[in-house]
Amino acid sequence: MLNYSLSEQLHRAFAVAKKDLRIYYKRGPVLIFGLIMPFFLFLSFFIGRAIPLPHLFIGLLGMTIFFSSMSIGPAIVPFEARSKNLERLMSTPISVWALLVGDVMASFLYGLAISIVPIIIGLIVGVTIAQWALLVLGMLLAAFCFACFGVLLSAYPPTDIPSTVMMISNLVKFPLVFISGVFIPISEMQGWMRIVASFSPLTYFTDLASYCVQGVTYYSVLVDCLALTGFILLFLVVAIKIHERTMPQRL
Amino acid sequence: METAIETKGLTKTFGEIQALNGISFLVERGEIFGFLGPNGAGKTTTIRILTGVIKPDHGTATVLGYDLLEDPLKAKQTMAVVPEMANAYIDLTAWQNLMLIGELYGVPRKKRQERGTELLQEFALYERRNHLAKGFSKGMKQKLILCMALLTDPQVLFLDEPTAGLDVESARLIRDTIRERSESGTTVFLSTHNMEEANQLCDRIAVINHGSIAAVDSPEHLRMKSSSLKSVEVSFDKPVSVDALSKIRTVVQTTKLGDKVRLYTDDPHSVIDDLTGYARSEGLRIVSLNTIAPTLEDVFLRLIEEHGAD
Repeated sequence: MLNYSLSEQLHRAFAVAKKDLRIYYKRGPVLIFGLIMPFFLFLSFFIGRAIPLPHLFIGLLGMTIFFSSMSIGPAIVPFEARSKNLERLMSTPISVWALLVGDVMASFLYGLAISIVPIIIGLIVGVTIAQWALLVLGMLLAAFCFACFGVLLSAYPPTDIPSTVMMISNLVKFPLVFISGVFIPISEMQGWMRIVASFSPLTYFTDLASYCVQGVTYYSVLVDCLALTGFILLFLVVAIKIHERTMPQRL
Repeated sequence: METAIETKGLTKTFGEIQALNGISFLVERGEIFGFLGPNGAGKTTTIRILTGVIKPDHGTATVLGYDLLEDPLKAKQTMAVVPEMANAYIDLTAWQNLMLIGELYGVPRKKRQERGTELLQEFALYERRNHLAKGFSKGMKQKLILCMALLTDPQVLFLDEPTAGLDVESARLIRDTIRERSESGTTVFLSTHNMEEANQLCDRIAVINHGSIAAVDSPEHLRMKSSSLKSVEVSFDKPVSVDALSKIRTVVQTTKLGDKVRLYTDDPHSVIDDLTGYARSEGLRIVSLNTIAPTLEDVFLRLIEEHGAD
C-alpha cells in the first residue's frame, strides 16, 4: 500500500480533480467569470460589426476556452482554505504538486467540455474546420495551459477570500483577451502590440485556430504548439513553487 | 515500548509571535496522549506540524520513525486527523467524502467501499450516505469526519477537540471509539480543553503553555505531585470567620463556597485535627467534613499559573 510512485500521486491528483468537478462547476464565481461575462463581452464586441464568420468563430472559441479553463482554478484554493478543507487535504499523503495537478485537471476538463459549445455553434452556422486534428490538439494544449495559468493566479496573495483572487484573476484575464488576436487579428496589429501579444498564451491558440479554420497563421503551427507547451511548463512550475511556499500561510 | 511520535526542540514563529519554543516529548505506541493548554498555547501549531501541514522553524518530529521533514508522505500515510473545525466537504455526500479520503490514501476500491459501509453503519450514518454533508447536524458532521479518519485504519490518530460542542450521546460515542481504537493498538494524540475527558481517556498528558511544555505525566501522577492542591472542605452549623480558619496550621489558602469553606493544605490530617479543636473551642458543630484530592483542572490551572509566572 505504501506506494509513492508518480502514478500513485497522479491517481490521487485524479481523485482531487473528481472532487473539484463535483463541487466547483456550479459555483457562482465560476459561472459568472467563466461563462456569463465572456459571453456578454463577446456579444458587446461583435454584434453589429461586419466581421467575417471564421474570425467570429475563432474569437468565440478562444474566449470560451480561455475563460472557462481559467474559471475553476483560481477559486479552489481560497474556497478550500476558507472552508477548512485545505488543512485536511494537506494532512493527507498527497504532494502539493499532485494536489495542484488535480486542480489543473478539473479546470482543464471543464474548459474543454464548455469549449464544445462554440464548436457546435460554429458547425451549425456553417464554419468549415479544415484541420480537425490540429484544432483538437490546440484545444487540449490551450485548455491545459489556461488551467495552469488559473492555478498560478491563485498562488499569491495567500488569501482565503475567493473574491480577492477572482478580482486579481480578472485584472489579468481581460487585458489579455484584447491583445491576443481574439478581437483584432495579430497580422493587423501595430508593431508594439504584436510584441505585447507574443507574451500572451491566448495569442498562440487564436493563431493556431486561425490556421485550422482559415488556413492562415502568423507564427506557424510549430511555434504555436511549442509556445503553448512552454507556457504550460512555466505556469505549472511557478504555480507549484509559489503554492508550496504560500499554502501554509492560508491556514 | 516503541515510540510512535517523537518531537525534539520544535520551534515555530509566526511574525513576532513565538508559537512553539523548543518543545520535546515522546508518545508511545498504543497510548492515548492528551495535549492540554489554554487558547493560544501552541496546541494547534503542534498538531499541524505533527500532521505535516506546516513545517517547524527548528527541531524535528517523527511519526512511527518517519521524519516529517524528510518523509512527509510516508508519515502521513500512517496517520489520520480529526481537526477541530468540522470540515467534510459539505457539497459532497457522506459516501463521496469517504471515498475521496480512501482515494487520497490509495486504499483499493473494494476495501474502501467495504470499510466505508462498515463505518457508516457503525456510526448510524448509512441511511444518510447519499445526502450532502451540508444538511448534517454538527454531531453528524463530526461522526462523518471520524469515519473519514478511520477509513484507512490509521496507526496514529490525531484528534483536535473532537467532542467540542457535541451533544452528550455523540461525545460519548466518540470517546468510546477512541478507547476502542486505542485497545486495538492505535496511538491517539488528543488535544482537548475538557479535563474530565482527558482524565477519563488519557494514559499520559502534556500541558503546554506559551509554546513550552509545562509538564508531561499520567493524570494520576500529576494530581499526586500537586500536593499543595489537596483540600479539606468543611461546613458548620453556624457561620464562621474565614479569616479565623485561614490561621490554622498548614493552610495555604481558604475559599468560601456557599455555606462551606475549602482549606487548601499539603497536610489534610493536621487540618482536620485543628478544625475539630476549633469547633470544640467555639461551640460549633461540624455539619460536613470532606478531604478533596485535586482535580485535573486544579492541576492544570496551577501549572498554567506557575508556568506563566516563570
